[in-house]
Amino acid sequence: MSAVIDRPSISRRQFLIAGTGVAGSLVLGLPLGSSGAVDSDRMIGFFVQIEPDGHVIIGSNQPEIGQGARTALPMLVAEELDVDWSMVSVRQMPLGIVKTAEGFAWKYGGQGAGGSDGLTSNWEFMRQVGATARGQLIKAAAARIGVAESQCVTRRGVVVCSSLSTEITYGDLVAEAAQLALPEEAPELKSIDEYHIIGTRRKTVDARDIVTGKSRYGIDTVQADMRYAVIARAPVLNATVKGFDDTAAREVEGVLDVFRVDGPELGAPYLILASGVAVVATSTWAAMRGRDALQIEWNASPTASESSEKFWADNRELLKGDGQLVLDDGDFSTAMAAAKTVIVRQYEVPFASHAPLEPQNCYAHVREDSCHVIAPTQSPSGASRSAAAVTGLPRENITIEMTRVGGGFGRRLTTDYVAEAAMISKHTGWPIKLQWSREDDVKNDFYRPAGTHEMRVGLDDDDNVTAWTQRLASASKYYRRPNMPDEALAEAELYIDDFPRRIIENVRLEYFHNPIGIPRGSWRAPAHTANAFVIQSFIDEIAHETGQDPLQLRLDLYGEERELEYTNHGATTFNPGRLSRVLKLVAEQIGYGRELPEGRGIGLASHFTFGGYAAHAMEVTVQNGKLTIERVVAAIDCGLAVHPNAVDAQLQGGTIDGISTALGLEITVKDGRIQQSNFHDYPLAKIAAIPARFETHILPYNDKPTGVGEIGLPPAAPALTNAIYAASGIRIRTLPIGDQLEV
Amino acid sequence: MVSFRINSKTVTFDGDGATPVLWVVRDELGMTGTKYSCGVGACGACTVHINGMARRSCVTPVSAIAGKTITTIEGLAASDDELHPVQQAWLEHDVPQCGFCQPGQIMATVDFLKRHPNPSDEDIDNNITNICRCGTYARIRKAIHRAAELVAAEQQS
Repeated sequence: MSAVIDRPSISRRQFLIAGTGVAGSLVLGLPLGSSGAVDSDRMIGFFVQIEPDGHVIIGSNQPEIGQGARTALPMLVAEELDVDWSMVSVRQMPLGIVKTAEGFAWKYGGQGAGGSDGLTSNWEFMRQVGATARGQLIKAAAARIGVAESQCVTRRGVVVCSSLSTEITYGDLVAEAAQLALPEEAPELKSIDEYHIIGTRRKTVDARDIVTGKSRYGIDTVQADMRYAVIARAPVLNATVKGFDDTAAREVEGVLDVFRVDGPELGAPYLILASGVAVVATSTWAAMRGRDALQIEWNASPTASESSEKFWADNRELLKGDGQLVLDDGDFSTAMAAAKTVIVRQYEVPFASHAPLEPQNCYAHVREDSCHVIAPTQSPSGASRSAAAVTGLPRENITIEMTRVGGGFGRRLTTDYVAEAAMISKHTGWPIKLQWSREDDVKNDFYRPAGTHEMRVGLDDDDNVTAWTQRLASASKYYRRPNMPDEALAEAELYIDDFPRRIIENVRLEYFHNPIGIPRGSWRAPAHTANAFVIQSFIDEIAHETGQDPLQLRLDLYGEERELEYTNHGATTFNPGRLSRVLKLVAEQIGYGRELPEGRGIGLASHFTFGGYAAHAMEVTVQNGKLTIERVVAAIDCGLAVHPNAVDAQLQGGTIDGISTALGLEITVKDGRIQQSNFHDYPLAKIAAIPARFETHILPYNDKPTGVGEIGLPPAAPALTNAIYAASGIRIRTLPIGDQLEV
Repeated sequence: MVSFRINSKTVTFDGDGATPVLWVVRDELGMTGTKYSCGVGACGACTVHINGMARRSCVTPVSAIAGKTITTIEGLAASDDELHPVQQAWLEHDVPQCGFCQPGQIMATVDFLKRHPNPSDEDIDNNITNICRCGTYARIRKAIHRAAELVAAEQQS
């Protein structure tokens, strides 16, 4: 079930529910048939707890990685429950899985943060949780005072039975409501004009705890008798421990144990990334000091000769041949042969690290028949599987608690650090907290794949694009996945239904996998980051080459609003006209087309990611080889903005992530070693790189939300490089920009 | 043996004097609002005040703070009900996303505003060097300007 590590949307459901449909234990967030299934008689189902004073504690089932799930999802429940938002607080729910005859089923609905689908996959479910609980409260009130349910309504935390003018608070009713039988049918949900919480500006529920230092992340976990662990990891990827001398390490005050940790065989599906030596101590610092004192001899790595230089050369060599034909719409060869103009360009997108600010860590306590894990993770079910794999315990004996997560970006879809923590606890018998250093994190990531993209278009006599091809040589993000056929590797890197499929008639996509040993994984908006950069740069180049306006060419290509079939992740249709809407908005806001001084330019880009539409306009100055970003305008169409404050935040953050990565971030390898180690050589952007003139716009569309966590990122880099071209005539075809301009 | 004051309490640490203040605060004193992220003073997530000045605690050995006064994010507010103006500004602009860097950002800003009570955007660019991986910089900038107003108002009253 490799796909579970990938993106926990449909795939994670497939895994846990095992194709049998939702198991009978859960309907609408309420346990069927047993009132004893929840902890408290003040709870209606698993998610809603009502206190005597009317305070409502709502469970949030998803990991919180900064995307705002802990605010947005409870907003859905509170809306339908009909309570005042000021009465709501939020409780983080642990992983909930139940063993059934068909395999494991979700207890609290699917759980996992990836693919920007936390909101969309819970949109119906969480509103139904709130509406069902509200229905039970009405039923309880009607029964208590002996009137028909139809005579009762709710008003912000009270049930009002109008004919008797009787008001009963939810807090007064909850114990009775919790005992009532559940309705057979799904409740009726509000329409968009009835919302009083959805679509309104609400602040992050945890903000006060965060600014006072009270929020608990994984790294802040403290448990009774807990010891601290670190691992010395191989400096060369895939090297294994030959032997070690721990004499000096054991002399460090506080060091309790030192032992060897074995990694998986090269090429085998990974549980942990590398072999190494674990040091367990009475404090983090003692463990780190102990690690520094180790003398380790490493076996030669089978990937010791790998280098970025060779990787790029191999890509170029691969592109000389024929790749795997991933898409072949229309009659590409004939159209290309008939073209009046042919334009060919090559682009390179480097490996990138996730570098979440909270380094990987995990608490684990393995006992004979149980395992308790507290982890910052995007994939609690992956954590459960990792812990099961290394302990040999059945998954139902493993509990996974989720903390607030200090950044995800896709890194914590992989649960290697959970496996490591469980392994160390099992070996020592102690409850331990494993702590990675920043260097561990930068050097042992599952990096964003790097690739070389060859783009080619044919244009007819009127400069219409009639044939389009993208030929990509890359290291697929599907890294050491079990049961992964070679021809499936392309799926992770080329999303066939993206622009320009069904827009340009003759389209060909070709893929070449370059099997380098550098680990890869999902990096925020996975292949959209590379493909948006390449496609939006290339459209710009086509416009300039043929004397067309870059905005107008995009609008001409996107055309009118219409729903195109879409089978890749995040949507069932793609409406290119919605790209035009966001693009026109940012162009208008930035004053596209106006006269600009020498050295100043405006660039545009737009992209469809996981169901959402985003566009950027950026204005830059390039003078004497130095780049200054003057102004950024970003827009998003995410359908209905459920939690607009977080939509803005994610659009800002995605934009800045895109800019930061494009400006200066690249992971390189030499002699089998990752060459970067910390923020001095992996320089995440600081505030000075981001202009004060920074605007975001939300363009409403309909009454259904899309996710927002990844949508704002992909167009940022090409808008920036297109602006650089407009300002200077310098075309950035290889990222990062910092290799070519002072940034 | 090193004694120092932290958030109005006097404490003594009798371990290795080379231990960074960060790990003493987190592992020994149990105050986890100060974060570890880079360990080399590059990101500012571990920022605390030493005698009122913002310092990166991950590269400050505990031996260097003997007799000094330390404030961490937990000790910044006058009370639970009365946040520091910088914390208030952070709430007004709802700055945090993941929130991991924000204690450090706030501690850095408190010190910055003492030296730049009415900062320009350029002052911010030149002095605020803490890293935020989520990209909350647009809101941080607004919150710093707002915090400057709040601090000024507090000093006038």
